[in-house]
Amino acid sequence: MIAREQVLHVARLARLALTEEEVERMTEELSSILEHIERIGELDLDDVEPTSHVVDVENVLRADVPRPSLPREKALAPAPDPGPAGFRVPSPGAS
Amino acid sequence: MSELLELSAAAAAERVRAGELSARELFELYRERAANEDLGAFLWVADEAPEVPADAPLCGVPVAVKDLFCVEGVPSTAASRILEGYRPPYTATAVERLIEAGAPVLGKTNMDEFAMGSSNENSGYGVVLNPWDRERVPGGSSGGSAAAVAAGLAPWAIGTDTGGSIRQPAALCGIVGLKPTYGAVSRYGMIAFASSLDQCGPLTRDVTDAALLLRHLVGRRDPCDSTHLEFPGEVSLPGAESLTGLRFGVWGLEEEGVEPGVAAACRAALARIEELGGAVEEIELPYAEHGLSAYYVIAPAEASANLARYDGVRYGARSLDGDLTSMYERTRAEGFGAEVKRRIMIGTYALSSGYYEAYYGRAQKVRTKIVESFRAAFEKVDFVVTPTSPTVAFKLGERTANPLAMYLSDYFTVPMSLAGIPAISIPAGLSDGLPVGLQIAGPPFSESRILDAAHALEQAIGFEGRRWR
Repeated sequence: MIAREQVLHVARLARLALTEEEVERMTEELSSILEHIERIGELDLDDVEPTSHVVDVENVLRADVPRPSLPREKALAPAPDPGPAGFRVPSPGAS
Repeated sequence: MSELLELSAAAAAERVRAGELSARELFELYRERAANEDLGAFLWVADEAPEVPADAPLCGVPVAVKDLFCVEGVPSTAASRILEGYRPPYTATAVERLIEAGAPVLGKTNMDEFAMGSSNENSGYGVVLNPWDRERVPGGSSGGSAAAVAAGLAPWAIGTDTGGSIRQPAALCGIVGLKPTYGAVSRYGMIAFASSLDQCGPLTRDVTDAALLLRHLVGRRDPCDSTHLEFPGEVSLPGAESLTGLRFGVWGLEEEGVEPGVAAACRAALARIEELGGAVEEIELPYAEHGLSAYYVIAPAEASANLARYDGVRYGARSLDGDLTSMYERTRAEGFGAEVKRRIMIGTYALSSGYYEAYYGRAQKVRTKIVESFRAAFEKVDFVVTPTSPTVAFKLGERTANPLAMYLSDYFTVPMSLAGIPAISIPAGLSDGLPVGLQIAGPPFSESRILDAAHALEQAIGFEGRRWR
């Protein structure tokens, strides 16, 4: 089971504003999903190595040769509020 | 109805090469159909046929591209409202390679938002209807690509598969879908969902088309994707007519939740395998039944990190509401749909302080056990065979209220994703007039062998899948 306070805490971590209705629904839904997920808690997995990449790979190095990158205007163009040299955002302290 | 529509993509390319058909005429035929379709399969359709390099091997046969791929200057939203209006400044490697090979982009196809879903009902831009029955879902998340190919709106398509998102919609729409070995196709420019699982692959009318498209998706290493691997050799075009000497290990036909009609169609396909000289035996896949639980930790955890970038700063929508933090929270609240929020919440929870080992750490260990299960199976058999989906296409709205019921659609496809191995879904037959998919999986980089076996079986089954009008 997951408590309402946990849902609010996780939503804050995820930078998600939830409506009251969403908080209620999430509390219920997350609990049932976590219950299903927690079945892996019953397995004996001591001494098992975790897998992150399934095909054996080795680190590959290449020469560090400078090459043209995306032009600044092109990178800034899709932004909701592009400035001349960066992305404009509201002040962290604005109210 | 144009007889051109009857041609497979490979056959159409042949006609163009022989000078019997103009690439422009072919493009225009499909452009017209894609622009006027009423299934909700396309989110954007090209205006005109682009120039195709002379002598390009795919001869101008256009491809439908899942909206998860960035295409320069073309709306690319991952079917999310949070990316509404986004036109990327660059093109995904997979798409770039197809364009170079002579398969121009026909349009962008609808999908579950950020590839999260099994019914295409999570799109921010409307549902997709299954051309076999318009009251049913096409599957997901590559539902638009699957429906477009099944309905003859595109000669072929690409999609992405994280836990079944190519194979399951291919099964539900009666077409062929292949998820390659993890790392076989570059992920550069493919909007990330779960980076350790995401893989691009073809959705096609037949197995030969799948092989041809895959051939041009793989290849030399992409310097922009560190997980991309050079494909060993060229993908060969299938030609097998017999399955003599090949061993098929069957898993899951007796599982609870498999519809009787699905099991029956799969059994009939197994009988065809034996008639073609293949050996069929039941096998065990220990830990595969825990695949779904592990998947619903790993995929949301990785998604929660990958989707942190949608915050109203660099692209897409922004909702202003006071200070910077409020802007983040509001933008994400308004831009993401319900399923995406749900997965971000699960993933953030699983990765939050004190829970990492119990969830993500354990899930990655389950993954190791599943990898070992397949490795052991492939010492005894050449291929593992399962139903692709436990059910045929379900009714629109039937599972939207219950996330867990929806997740069960991927029961048979998730283990292969966790193990990173290639798997194909081909039509096995019909159950109550709806297509049933059979999944054939093999060891890493066995794509050519899988395609060859699938081709022999496809010929024997003789599935009639055309759903266009």
